[in-house]
Parts: sequence; structure tokens; C-alpha cells
Amino acid sequence: MDAASILPTLVPDRCLMLPAGVLDRLMPMYLHLSADGTILAHGPTLGKIVGSGRLTGRQFFDLFDVRSPAGMGSTADLFARQGQRLHLTLRGRTDAGLRGLALADAAAGLVLNLSFGIGLVDAVRQHALTDADFAPTDLAVEMLYLVEAKHAVLEEFQRLNRALQGAKAAAEEQALTDTLTGLRNRRALDTALAAACAGRRAFALMHLDLDYFKAVNDSLGHAAGDHVLRHVAQVLTREMRADDVVARVGGDEFVILLAGVTDPDQLSQVAERIIAGLSQPIAYEGEVCRIAASVGMTLSTSYPRCVADQMLQDADHALYAAKRAGRARAVVFTTDA
Amino acid sequence: MHGLINRALENVLRQRHGTVQWQRIAASAGLPFESFEPLLTYDIALTEAVIAAACRELERPRDSILEDVGTALISLPAGERLRRLLRFGGVTFHDFLYSLEDLPARARLALPDLVLPGLRLTDLEGGEFRLNAEVPFAGAGCILMGLLRAMADDYGALVLLDMIPTAGHTEEISILLLDAAHAEGRPFDLAAGVAGGTR
Repeated sequence: MDAASILPTLVPDRCLMLPAGVLDRLMPMYLHLSADGTILAHGPTLGKIVGSGRLTGRQFFDLFDVRSPAGMGSTADLFARQGQRLHLTLRGRTDAGLRGLALADAAAGLVLNLSFGIGLVDAVRQHALTDADFAPTDLAVEMLYLVEAKHAVLEEFQRLNRALQGAKAAAEEQALTDTLTGLRNRRALDTALAAACAGRRAFALMHLDLDYFKAVNDSLGHAAGDHVLRHVAQVLTREMRADDVVARVGGDEFVILLAGVTDPDQLSQVAERIIAGLSQPIAYEGEVCRIAASVGMTLSTSYPRCVADQMLQDADHALYAAKRAGRARAVVFTTDA
Repeated sequence: MHGLINRALENVLRQRHGTVQWQRIAASAGLPFESFEPLLTYDIALTEAVIAAACRELERPRDSILEDVGTALISLPAGERLRRLLRFGGVTFHDFLYSLEDLPARARLALPDLVLPGLRLTDLEGGEFRLNAEVPFAGAGCILMGLLRAMADDYGALVLLDMIPTAGHTEEISILLLDAAHAEGRPFDLAAGVAGGTR
């Protein structure tokens, strides 16, 4: 396209005459090109960025690659694309792209104004730019401020998150409740058992393990499994008195400390009631879950001196004896068992 | 009061007077925790309690402590962030003074729930200014004055600052800018504070 043919009609008294240096301040990244693409003048910031000697007198397309719109290779193309957003890079350089706008001047040449766009922060760092490199009307410095402020806030949030994470872990560590069932946890049981051992009152220990629980989990999913565990917790709580301790100590394992129990028969009756209760089908979202429970027990009166670990181990032995005897059984530990 | 401000107050007291002294102040103020979280918001009564406790424990007048807080906000190493964010306000101390009116808006850009006192600058010409602040608690203007003092140093400007007695919820500072380029000032690299800029 012939450059002259698209020149705007010039009305002399509407042409703005600017003294030298004014554009430098208004648009520190401008370029003034002649009709053949020779750089006639440029803003100081652009000079800093290109950085390789004098720019004036050189060819615009030797220095810049217009990436979009596609196919731009001559000033005629720039004339044709006046007013459109241009994306440019410096030839032979991989750093930040520039965006720009080209418009015809009053003498068959072109004025281009360029800016950094989103690559601003990198460009500022790379070329050590200062406030003085931007027009006071440019929001570049505000953008840098925002980026830095955002950074500071994010860092602070990350720090707060780490602190909260640590506090949560510490709280969980110290917690005495099993969050799924609301029963006591292993930690709480250990404390209660140690206290019971140190005290004078006799007690019994019951180790309960669910039968067929894995099958529920596998066939109906973890949500069903969780529902079953909460149901078990309800049944156990219902059977116990206020000063008994019911703890969930593993996936489907429970330990119950029954205060004041000395009679093995009475203990077995409690266990039978629990087993009967847990053998009832449990409804879950239109499905029926069936489980059972095996129970091993021991009594503090069977020991000359109460040792918590020994009692836990013996209740565990009794539990495995119950499992071996078939499911849904209760066995009281005896030394000859 | 925003946690950021409470935490700044805490940091300054900790760094100027030590952790033990801070713990004493926190206990005397009846804080239910040992440290303010910068991203949470606290009842302003806690801020007031800490300031009052600091006056008691350190046996120093309120205005002097608060001005010290303002200065330390910028000049202590932990203040580098804030110093940088404030330096974005202008190339010279004069520009910076003019940017103060935008400070609450700038703060909100970073943290939408951070409410800073409204500031109004009056240029009396000849290097003389008045800065009016709508303060959230008595003596907050002293913090601002300490901060201005530290920023003047940062820009290398020589200024005379004074609190002008006022009544009500505004406090007024008189600023006399004697020499904008009195000393070298500290350098300010625009992009030094962001990702990858940990040079």
C-alpha cells in the first residue's frame, strides 16, 4: 500500500508542534520513523532497553520483530495497521516482549509508542530502570508497588498458614478424642489405664475387634465404614456407665476400661450384650451393613500387681482366642488360656 | 485494629527492648496470647492496653514511645518491606509527602481490610507543610511523625517536624522541609523486592 495514500488530510493549524525533548518526557519509549523505516528519534527509556549503540539512523525492522499482527515487514504494513495493538520483540533477544501502537505523523513518517505490558517487573530488573524512566502519568510504578505488596501479603499468609498447621498438629497430638467417633483415643486410654493401675479400685479391660468390617469398607466404601464405626461407638457408649472409658485405638479396634468390675461372669454378660447389639444389621443409605465383634477381656483382680501393658497384652491374647473360636465370641483371659 | 499495626507495635517493642520486656508488657496489658497475628483483626482496646502497659513498664511517656514506634517501623531491618512500599510513593521526599494522602488507598490495594487514618496535606509553600491525620487513638499522630522522620532520613532530606496541639480526633504535624537533598539517602531499586529479586 502506498504510504501517502493513507495519510490523514493535514490541517496546518491542527498540527501540534512540539519542541525537542517533549516527547522524551511524555512517552519515554516512543520511536519516530521516516517513511522508509529509518529511526529518526526515540525516547530515552527505549534507548536503554535496546542498549546497543545509537538507534537513530538504523532501520526499525532490523532492530524489532513485529510478532503480531502476522506478516509485518515494512513501514507500509505499519501504516496499514495504524491504531492496532502491536506485539514486538527485540531481534535476537528472548527477553520481555513489548506492546506498541503506530500512527502516522504529519510528514509521511510514523510515531510508535511502546510499553512493557505484563513483562514490566522483569524489564525493570533487567535494565535497572528507575522512576525517571517512566512518564509520571504511567502507572508502571503503581504496578510494581502492587506486585511487591501482593508478595508481602502472600508471604505473610504463608507464614500464618504454617503457624496454623503447626498449631493444628500440636492440638491433634494433644487431643484425647477420636475425631471420627467422638470416643476417647489411644492417648486418653493410656492415661486412664495408668491412673486405674495406680488406683485401688478393681477394673476390667475389654479389647474389641470388629468382624467383617473390611467387607463393609470394600463393598460399600469408606463412608459406609465410617458410618458403621460411629454406630459401634453409639452401641458401646449405651452399654457403658459414666465412669467407664471407651476408646477407639485403631481402625476397627476398641478398648474399654470398666471400673469396679471383679466378676468374670458379669464381665462376660456385658460382652455378650455388646456382641448382640453389634450383630444387628446397620442401615446405611438404603443398604444394610452386617458386622459382628470379637471380644477379649481381662480383670485387674487376676494380677498380684497391676501392669498396664501386661493387661493390654493379655486382653489381646484373649481376643485372638475369641477369633480362633469363631467370630462373635467373648473370651476372658486366664493364665491357662 | 488491624493485626498488622498491632504486630508492628509488638515488633518494635520486642526489638528495641527485648523479648523479656515484651512479655512483661504483654502480661501487664492482659493479652490472651504472646504475639499478634498480622493478618487478623483485634479489638482496638488491646492496642490501647499494650500502649498503656508499655508506658508503665518502660516508664516512658506515651508520645515518645509512639514516635519511636513510627521511626522503628522504617529503620529496623524488619521495616525494609514497609520502607520500600512507602518509597514507591515518590522519587523525592517532596513527592513522598504528596503521596501521603493516597496512603490509605494504597494500603487498601494491598490489604482490603487495612484501614489507615485519613491524611490531608496542606502545602504552605516555602517548604512548609501541615499534615492532618484522623487518628484512631490518641497519639497515633506521633507514630506518623516518627515514620516521617525515618522516611526523611531515607530520602536524605533535612526536615523539622513538630506535633501541633489539637483537640478531637485529628492530630496535626508541622513539617518544615529545609533541604530536600541534604544527605545521600538510601538507594531504592524499583524491582529489588519482588520474586526473583532476592539479590
